[in-house]
Amino acid sequence: MKPFDFKRSTDAARAITLVAERPGAAFLGGGTNLVDHMKLGIAAPGLLVDVTRLPFDAVEELDGGSVRIGATVRNSVLSAHPLIRERYPVLSQALVAGASGQLRNLATTAGNLLQRTRCLYFTDRTTPCNKRTPGSGCSALDGHSRELGILGVSRSCIATHPSDMAVAMAALDAVVRVQGPGGTREIPIGELYRLPGATPERDTTLAHGELITAVDMPRVSGRSAYRKVRDRASYAFALVSVAAVLRIEDGTIADVCLALGGVAPKPWRAKQAEARLRGGPATEEAFLAAADAELERATPTTNNAFKVPLARNTIVATLRDLAAGADR
Amino acid sequence: MTITTLREIGADHERRDGPAKVTGTAPYAAEHPFADAVYGHPVQASVARGLITSIDTVAAASVAGVLTVLTHENAERLASADDRELWVLQSPDVSFRGQFVALVVADSPEAAREAAELVGIGYDEYEHDVVLRADHPEFYTPEQVNPSFPADTQQGDPGAALTTAAVSVDATYTTPAYHNNPMEPHTTVARWDPATGHLTLHDSTQSVHQVRDTLAPLFGLATGQVSVIAPHVGGGFGSKGPPHAHDVLACLAARAVPGRDVKLPLTRQMLFSVAGYRTPTIQRVQLGAQADGTLVAITHDVWEQTSRIKEFAEQTAVSTRMMYASPTRRTTHRLVALDVPVPSWMRAPGENPGMYAGECAMDELAIAVGMDPVELRIRNEPRTDPETGRPFSSRNLVACLRAGADRFGWASRDHVPSPKPGPDGLLRGTGVAASTYPVNRMPGSEAVIEVLPDGRFAVRIGAVDIGTGTWTALAQVAADALAVSLDHIELQIGDTSLPHASVAGGSSGITTWGTAVWEAARALISTHGHLPAAGAGATGRAGANDAQQRYAMHAFGAQFVAVEVDQDTGEIRVPRSLGIFAAGRIVNPRTARSQFLGGMTMGLSTALWEHSTIDPVTGHYVNHDLAEYHIATCADIRGLEVGWIEEDDPHVNPMGTKGIGEIGIVGTAAAVANAVHNATGVRIRDLPITADKLLDAGL
Repeated sequence: MKPFDFKRSTDAARAITLVAERPGAAFLGGGTNLVDHMKLGIAAPGLLVDVTRLPFDAVEELDGGSVRIGATVRNSVLSAHPLIRERYPVLSQALVAGASGQLRNLATTAGNLLQRTRCLYFTDRTTPCNKRTPGSGCSALDGHSRELGILGVSRSCIATHPSDMAVAMAALDAVVRVQGPGGTREIPIGELYRLPGATPERDTTLAHGELITAVDMPRVSGRSAYRKVRDRASYAFALVSVAAVLRIEDGTIADVCLALGGVAPKPWRAKQAEARLRGGPATEEAFLAAADAELERATPTTNNAFKVPLARNTIVATLRDLAAGADR
Repeated sequence: MTITTLREIGADHERRDGPAKVTGTAPYAAEHPFADAVYGHPVQASVARGLITSIDTVAAASVAGVLTVLTHENAERLASADDRELWVLQSPDVSFRGQFVALVVADSPEAAREAAELVGIGYDEYEHDVVLRADHPEFYTPEQVNPSFPADTQQGDPGAALTTAAVSVDATYTTPAYHNNPMEPHTTVARWDPATGHLTLHDSTQSVHQVRDTLAPLFGLATGQVSVIAPHVGGGFGSKGPPHAHDVLACLAARAVPGRDVKLPLTRQMLFSVAGYRTPTIQRVQLGAQADGTLVAITHDVWEQTSRIKEFAEQTAVSTRMMYASPTRRTTHRLVALDVPVPSWMRAPGENPGMYAGECAMDELAIAVGMDPVELRIRNEPRTDPETGRPFSSRNLVACLRAGADRFGWASRDHVPSPKPGPDGLLRGTGVAASTYPVNRMPGSEAVIEVLPDGRFAVRIGAVDIGTGTWTALAQVAADALAVSLDHIELQIGDTSLPHASVAGGSSGITTWGTAVWEAARALISTHGHLPAAGAGATGRAGANDAQQRYAMHAFGAQFVAVEVDQDTGEIRVPRSLGIFAAGRIVNPRTARSQFLGGMTMGLSTALWEHSTIDPVTGHYVNHDLAEYHIATCADIRGLEVGWIEEDDPHVNPMGTKGIGEIGIVGTAAAVANAVHNATGVRIRDLPITADKLLDAGL
């Protein structure tokens, strides 16, 4: 572990300047991912700027009924917040499905969004990994890939994004508010992440020094739910997860938003499936056809081919439960 | 002779070390107060097989605070190359990925770690072979399997019996590699004092004397020149039985920086290469039976791996030799040496994987015959040990099966799998399996009892409490042996300055050490009477048990498990499991219950999650941390029940104990596998049983 500088700021502009000025500097939130990486020797920032004391720790309702989640709100606080539990059950469920109680007490909203893949090879500096060391190769392609991606992956990288929270936010059309050296901007969550292509080392579209300050959640109508499939009952990343928002009017699907976790380098918004479902009947057959339409483009490895039927079944089961009005 | 007064034995005492542990004041290996400690961080081989051709330590040595960088080029020469696992930094050969190739010693752990990353090692890399496969051309028959059983046995002609059997089962099961993963990673703190010629180790070990007796000759020292101290150990599960390479590495470092305590705590990741693990197994089981379920043939053939540098032969099929009656039987073990880390002891070595296969096969036979799997086991209960013909000193498998079936509500079970999901979409099923573990008494334990000035008794023996409850249970044995109350006993363990003691392994601790303590008490009383004066003392030894020549000695149990399988996702959860054991006299029901529960929990992990995944390309275990090496979490343990049969066995030892540290893990995986089959109709024969396997099998 290399020595590093540490600074703490209560002023966003100051924090941004500190990081922007220094290549290799990084913002530090809850530290549940970055500090691990520093111990493992796969991240070696020369400067850490602690941003947990910036004034971004509120969950507040905005005019027009949307909800703004501050970047430093801890996952445990967010999952239990009345506004979230009441209006976005899918988000609350996703949060408590993630990590462990201790980790959720530390992890922040922005840090959760920006956590990096748990691909075994990415976290092991003794093996080749294009995401960690560009050009070194992808060990997972011929190695162990049971947990890795089937959608949006490339020959350079088949890593998945590990967040549960971000999958729910993707289904809810969240907008990420960012402040940088050049001012502020808003990024729809689907555009925050990038697919690996030939440059898997970059997970997001953020520039160095850009800081997430909040996530805005638009109003939604319809029932929502998060279903996470995992080997053990707690403290496990999703094999597949589904975040769904469903509104049925007169037996017809008036609106549906679906996002998948555990299958792609980003929270995977299932646009193909949604398009199939909108305006159609809320039947098992329709759910199945929609899931198949989305998964048609899947490119699994031998190790993770099971994720195709698993994702299909989980999409169908989640929609079936929502349509039946059942909570699980 | 046996203890006749049972006041403290059987009493529900809290752990005597409990308050110190929960307040964080019980010192583990790295936590003793060391003045002026320095820190070691190893460098591990990045190839699975090869030759070190160059070593560049310039950058590492220039890191501030670095005291030395040890490699095979400058490390002290060891006196013996007999145990190649312990022949550390002695040669440029690399025999498995992750083998220690260098060690940085620095005045802070951060500097040691940073410098370790800067050590440049060049290799000639050779082709490696790290995957166990049934068709490997280099399988061989080991001279014996652990600890000293014949590799193969045969009674009658099972092949012929199988061809004429009314019903038969022929199935192949596999188990993956497992890593012990004790809570406390292996840690050694070593100090060499040249003035006194003494080497002092604070070690996380299951046997202070075994560490001392193994390491002293390696360094050309007399055993009296080496001290090993381990008052508290955070689990071992076998992996801290013998010393491993890091023990040697710490001593090499201590001798290189004399007068300093060198701390060498391994990281979780390192444990996956250098601290032992359970071999993967491939097991073929054939059972032949008459139409009423009476066995006429049992075969159990095992293929497993060992390392190139040291043989370890897991005794996987040994329990099959005595479990059930059959006129014909064959068991075989074949090994192949691969370019893999050195396998070693892990909780119920042999019994855990072997009984998984055997007890699944019994379930398959019950279905083939069309009978209750509990009744099938009872039908094949042997009258005497099928292997030796000796009577059992006590054998209560049938009682465990009956009591368990009654408590579990087994009578209402549908033995024919007929998967029908409930309204919640869950498929439900139940399964049963038997457990067993031998009664082991280790050689070489001695206890000394001395009357203290205040009238209490100092009981001294170099035993180790690895979290099992020895601090409490052994004191209870001493109290009854001396016919005094527990508060009269001051137990002293965990130090080589105490009388020699055998390993805390093989479920042998209380059986062995308790016998020595009991003999010491008997000697004290016979010499000094029941009210000995202060300063009086006596010694006792745990000798061989002659009754072992006349009786077969084993503990037994029965485990019942209920599972829920999500029909959509294949997720398996276990709402209830019950273990009933017949394991001799229970010394402390509280700590015993924890042992059984812990074993069953670990067995549940064997069934559903645990596996070490080797990467064929790089040759190393890739899921090497507790985020990815899954064991049960609290949320996975819902209903877990333990009970036992009162068993009075006068032959095993004066206390009537059989050992309980391992039997809980034996059979659990089979019970889960059998329950999953009962719920789904799908038989998965490759552990762990996971959603992907169920989906692939057409759930």
